Amino acid sequence: MRPDQFTLLANLVKTQSGIVLTPDKTYLLESRLPPVARKHGLKGMEDLVNAVKAGRNKALADDVVDAMTTNESLFFRDQKPFQIIKDEIFPKLSKSRGGAKTIKIWSAACSSGQEPYSLAMMAREERSIQGWTFDILASDISREMLKKAQAGTYTQFEVQRGLPITMLVKYFKQNGDKWIIDKGLQSHIRFKEFNLLHDMAPLGTFDIVMCRNVLIYFDQPTKSKILAGIAKRLAPDGVLFLGGAETVLGLSKDFKPVPSLRGVYQLA
Amino acid sequence: MKTCLIVDDSRVVRMVAKKIVTSLGFKTEEAEDGQQALDFCKKSMPEAVLLDWNMPVMNGIDFLVELRELPNGGEPIVVFCTTENELSKISEALMAGANEYIMKPFDSDIIETKFQQVGLL
Ligand SMILES: C[S@@+](CC[C@H](N)C(=O)[O-])C[C@H]1O[C@@H](n2cnc3c(N)ncnc32)[C@H](O)[C@@H]1O
Repeated sequence: MRPDQFTLLANLVKTQSGIVLTPDKTYLLESRLPPVARKHGLKGMEDLVNAVKAGRNKALADDVVDAMTTNESLFFRDQKPFQIIKDEIFPKLSKSRGGAKTIKIWSAACSSGQEPYSLAMMAREERSIQGWTFDILASDISREMLKKAQAGTYTQFEVQRGLPITMLVKYFKQNGDKWIIDKGLQSHIRFKEFNLLHDMAPLGTFDIVMCRNVLIYFDQPTKSKILAGIAKRLAPDGVLFLGGAETVLGLSKDFKPVPSLRGVYQLA
Repeated sequence: MKTCLIVDDSRVVRMVAKKIVTSLGFKTEEAEDGQQALDFCKKSMPEAVLLDWNMPVMNGIDFLVELRELPNGGEPIVVFCTTENELSKISEALMAGANEYIMKPFDSDIIETKFQQVGLL
């Protein structure tokens, strides 16, 4: 790929999604875009770049962006945040939300669905909030990943990474070598295509926001803008979870770390 | 240092498992079938058992049932590691007292997360 082609595509991805691609990621474009070109009946990179440049094909631009997202995820990723929700956050909410008996959670970059499903399983397991309403919004920019999340079908490899075996037995059905999530669990989750760069106001407010392993792909101003948006969507006593390599420090004055709970933030 | 007993009739699987489990900080012991494993446990109870299902002499399930009946037999954390991947088999293993379950093929990531989940790491 020529440098000018790289620049054009990287600019597209950056403006549409916030994802920063540095020239050392050229190989990623080269390996992920040929299927996109084929899907749109374009012959190769040259044609694809020209079509993007013409700027008339929104579906093509969306597919290029989708192809450049990194969607790695696993059930109960890092375990610790989920432990914190179970030990600290749910018990707290079970008291403070006793009136409405509703807990609202946003999985803000849900990828293939492991994160919202992990949250739904935990909510189901939590005795102090049995019979409550869990409203989990699971959103992502990637249409492909949302499709996969909604299907709730996972490989043997995927269900072995992070998912306790008792949860597999309880919440999945088996179909050949595929594992399919329980329909009842899915009923707690609303899947929605949503770009974190867009206005978050229509999403409502949440008690827990998980925005994990996505800010790492953005530059500082984008991270700050997204954090400012999330701050407005959080209930006054709500909490924000970021990924292991992410922080609000130097990016947002809206949040402060929750003492002794790593990776958890509250409104300042 | 915690001991992990690796029970599998395949020498190659034992070797691969041993490498992974050692790298997680365990001392390892090996057994080729359920009977050998049971004999070992009677002498000295390990903290963890990585257990195959189908083996000659005594299979994994029969071993597990007998193990759980021994004095202190409730102590070891038992993680199945087998090609049996039917939901019904997994349930059977849990009923028999397994703590976790790995469907082969496995890799170091899977063993590590499973060991973390059951509090071995
Ligand atoms: C590595 S995954 C993280 C999945 C999950 N949160 C976890 O921690 O395992 C990153 C996800 O962020 C999504 N993403 C990237 N840019 C986005 C944007 N601007 N808006 C919404 N989602 C975005 C990607 O599509 C991808 O699915």
